[in-house]
Parts: sequence; structure tokens; C-alpha cells
Amino acid sequence: MKPFAYIRVTSLQEAAAAYASHPGSRYIGGGTNLVDLMKHGVETPDALIDLTRLPLRDIQELPTGALRVGAGVSNTDLAVHPLVRTRYPALSQALLAGASGQLRNVATTGGNLLQRTRCPYFQDVSKPCNKREPGTGCAARNGVHRDHAVLGHSAHCIATHPSDMAVALTALDAGIELYDGEHGTREVAAADFHRLPGEHPERDTVIRPGEIVTAVLLPPAAPGAVSLYRKARDRASYAFALASVAAVLEIDDGRVRHVALAFGGLAHRPWRARTTEERLTGAVPTDEAVREAVDAELTAARPLPGNAFKVDLARNLARDALGALVRSASGAPPARPRP
Amino acid sequence: MRNPLQQQQADRPPPVGPFRSRVVLRVNGRTHVLDLDNRVTLLDALRELLDLTGSKKGCDHGQCGACTVLVDGRRANSCLLLAVTLDESEIITVEGLAAPDGALTPLQRAFLDHDAFQCGYCTPGQLCSAVGVLREAAAGHPSHVTEAATAADTARPVVLSPEEIAERLSGNLCRCGAYNGIADAVAACAAPATPERTPPPTPRRT
Repeated sequence: MKPFAYIRVTSLQEAAAAYASHPGSRYIGGGTNLVDLMKHGVETPDALIDLTRLPLRDIQELPTGALRVGAGVSNTDLAVHPLVRTRYPALSQALLAGASGQLRNVATTGGNLLQRTRCPYFQDVSKPCNKREPGTGCAARNGVHRDHAVLGHSAHCIATHPSDMAVALTALDAGIELYDGEHGTREVAAADFHRLPGEHPERDTVIRPGEIVTAVLLPPAAPGAVSLYRKARDRASYAFALASVAAVLEIDDGRVRHVALAFGGLAHRPWRARTTEERLTGAVPTDEAVREAVDAELTAARPLPGNAFKVDLARNLARDALGALVRSASGAPPARPRP
Repeated sequence: MRNPLQQQQADRPPPVGPFRSRVVLRVNGRTHVLDLDNRVTLLDALRELLDLTGSKKGCDHGQCGACTVLVDGRRANSCLLLAVTLDESEIITVEGLAAPDGALTPLQRAFLDHDAFQCGYCTPGQLCSAVGVLREAAAGHPSHVTEAATAADTARPVVLSPEEIAERLSGNLCRCGAYNGIADAVAACAAPATPERTPPPTPRRT
């Protein structure tokens, strides 16, 4: 690991000032991904700016019924919060499906959003990687594709985004609050926060250099809306998703008033299934309607030789999830989410 | 004989420099003031500087759980924590679980009673992780396999079924395959379930 300076800050202004005087620095929250990448030599910051003493560790209910989650809230504290468990079950379930108890106790909400891909070619500095070193090529394209993208990938990068939490936030129409010393605060929709690789796979998100994630904003949960998260992985626990799905559904008088669907494990960012949503909104959610709407979304898939199975896996996960939510929203007991 | 990290500590010229910091670590009730290279992880500080070698370096990347300790009461992978970020934190390692007179905790006793180890390399991490599991369940924290919540559930302790214990200990990987004994030991220490919900776990002896 390269030697680095360590700077502890207690306010956002101090953090921004520290970044301005150390442009080669990284912010550290829980560090569960950053420290790992520093050990691999993938991240080589000149300085770490420690944000854990900032007052960003609260979960507040706002007068509107929205929930404001500080970026320093641990994955554990967010997953177990009573309002998250009862109003946004997809978020709680997504967090609990990710990592291990040890990691969730340390990992933060902001850091979870900014974690890097677990593509093994990205983590191995002896291999070319356009995400790690732009212009060097992509070792994954002719490598093992099992964990790689089937949607939205480019000639330059086929990596997937690893976060479960971000998939739930995308389906829940969450907002992400960002701060920098120069421009103050802005908000970006979770669905627009992560990027597709295109020509610049090294840019995971729309965040600007030096910007700090300060909070996640969850809009008020509509009465009667139900949500869930389902994840398929190679072992029963503690593994990244091969495919996952977060879904939110509201039914009114037998028809879909609101539906949101997002896939994880399939693309460079959580994949919001706008085609499925358009087809189902206003429709009677029969099994047939759900199947057609999900299939229509996945016609965009361009699987690689080693991961065609992911398309079927995602299709089945989405159909099952939406089917379970239709039963639940219609008053039937909810089906239990399974790994 | 000093190991390289201890030697480096002894040789240190300035207390802090561009790449070093002073940090106060409270470990097992004792306070240590250390001048550290910023790169030193909590695991390396414990093992190499404080001679607390119970916490093990397995994968060194947060994947095996052998380095698990309790930080401010919660289990964490000490290999992924930079010691410099833990100033004034309270850390408990496997050496700090037993009473000062050496009396074992019920959990440690249960590990012995249920033969919950083979080579034992990962046992310290399993023990610290299990302390965390028992606390989390008592506080009502759900896991991936816990039933969906109603408002009343969120305040209720979680009954540690075998399925819950397996899920909650999944961050500790033991290639010896001693999981059955470990799960039995944790079940033996779990708060007894209320009779109408789940029968008490039966320790499986061979």
C-alpha cells in the first residue's frame, strides 16, 4: 500500500477544504471497499479524509413523511430501522441480502453507493482494465463472463455494479444529496446517479471530484404500496448478486396505479425497467400481463457467451417478485422473500 | 525478539509525520497510545504491536471473518479497519471475552461443550462474531431470513433458529467444516424462545 496522509474532519466545510488542498485524496467512511482496493493497489490515494466524525449518522422522518438518511448511517442501522422495515421493506431486504454482519456494521450508506465493481479483472492490477486505467483495454471481454453485464455494456467495459442497496433505492425513487464546497448542495435521483460505461467506464457515477454524498432521501411511502427485494447468487448467503430485483407496486381498483422495477447484477448501474413499468401502469396485473411486460424489458439484453443464463434468471426473479406483490397488494398474505 | 512492526515503532523518529498519526486504542479495557504508520490495520496493530494474536489473518480482505473483533460493541472485520480511524474506540478481542480471572463466558464454555472447532484458526473470529450475533438478535435486528416485519416485530428479539444462526454467521468461513458444532454452541446460548413460537434448540451431540 502506498503511504498516505490522514486527515480527520468534523464539518463538511472542513472536508471540502481538505480535498481542495489534497486533490489526490479520497474520502473514507467505513472503508470496507476502499481499504480493500488500497491493499490490491487499485486505489492509491495521497491522503484519506476521514468523514466518520461528521454529523451524518441520523435517520430523520421529515414533516412530509419522507425519510432523510445521513450518508454516515451504517448499513446495519439503516436495515433495522423500524420505519425502513415497515415502509420500505425492499430497502431493508436489499441491505440484509448484502455482505456479512461484520461488513454491514461498518459500511455506510454513502460508501455503499460509491463502492466499485467486483469485476476480478478490475481488482487485478496485472490485467488491463479501462475502468481502472482508461485506454488499457478490457481483459474481461475475452475472459470469464459469469458475473458480467447483459444490459447497457459497452465495447470498453462489461462490469456490473455490485450494490444491492442502490437497486432498492432506484426502485423507491430515492434522491441522493451531494455537497461540495464551491456549489453547495444538489440532489440527484438514485436512478440517474450511476452511469452506463459508454466511452468512460472509469466514471462510475455523476459525482464531481471532491463532492461528498451527504444523505439519501426516501420519498413518503404511498399508503397501500408494497415492495420487496429478491436476489439470486451462487451460494445461500454472503455473495454478490448474479441477478436481483427490487420492485414496488400499488394497485387501485384492480389496476396498477404505480409500479417500479429495478434489476441488480445485470448492468453497470441498477437497471430501472422503464419498459416494464410503462406496459403495466394502468393495466390489470394478470400473470400474462406481467410476463409480457418483463419480457419486453429484457429484449434489450445482449448477453455474453458466459452469462446468457442471467437473462432467464432475471426474467424469473422479476415475474415472481411482481406476482408476489400483486397477491400482497390484493390482500393475500405476502410470499416470503427467498435467497 | 522484536518483529518488524515493533522495531519500526521503536525506531520511529517523530511522533507524527506526513504519513503517521497518533492514535488512542482502548483494547480489552486497556488504553494504548500508538504512533502509527497510517497504513496499519487494526488487525496488524493488535497482532504485531499489542501481542494480541488471537485475532487471525486469514484472507486479509474481509472475506473469511477470522479477524473479527468487537468495535464499540459491534462485530467488525479488523483487517479492513485502519487503526488510525479508530481513535478512542473501544475494542474487544477474543482475549478480552473471558473474565480477568480467566473464567470463560457461557459462549466460550458452549464452544467447548459442543466441540465447535477443528483446527481452531478461525475460532477466535467465530467467537467474537457469535457475541455480535447474540446481541443483534436480542436487540431485534432482522437478518436476510427473518420474516417480513410488522410494526410490532421491529421491537421484538429475534428467535435464533438454526436457519437464522447459519445466515448470521455466514461472514465466518471455516474450511474445516465445523459449522454444526458452532451453530449448536450459539443456539445453546441464545435467549430461550417463548414456548408458543419456537421450541428451544436441541444441542446435537455425537
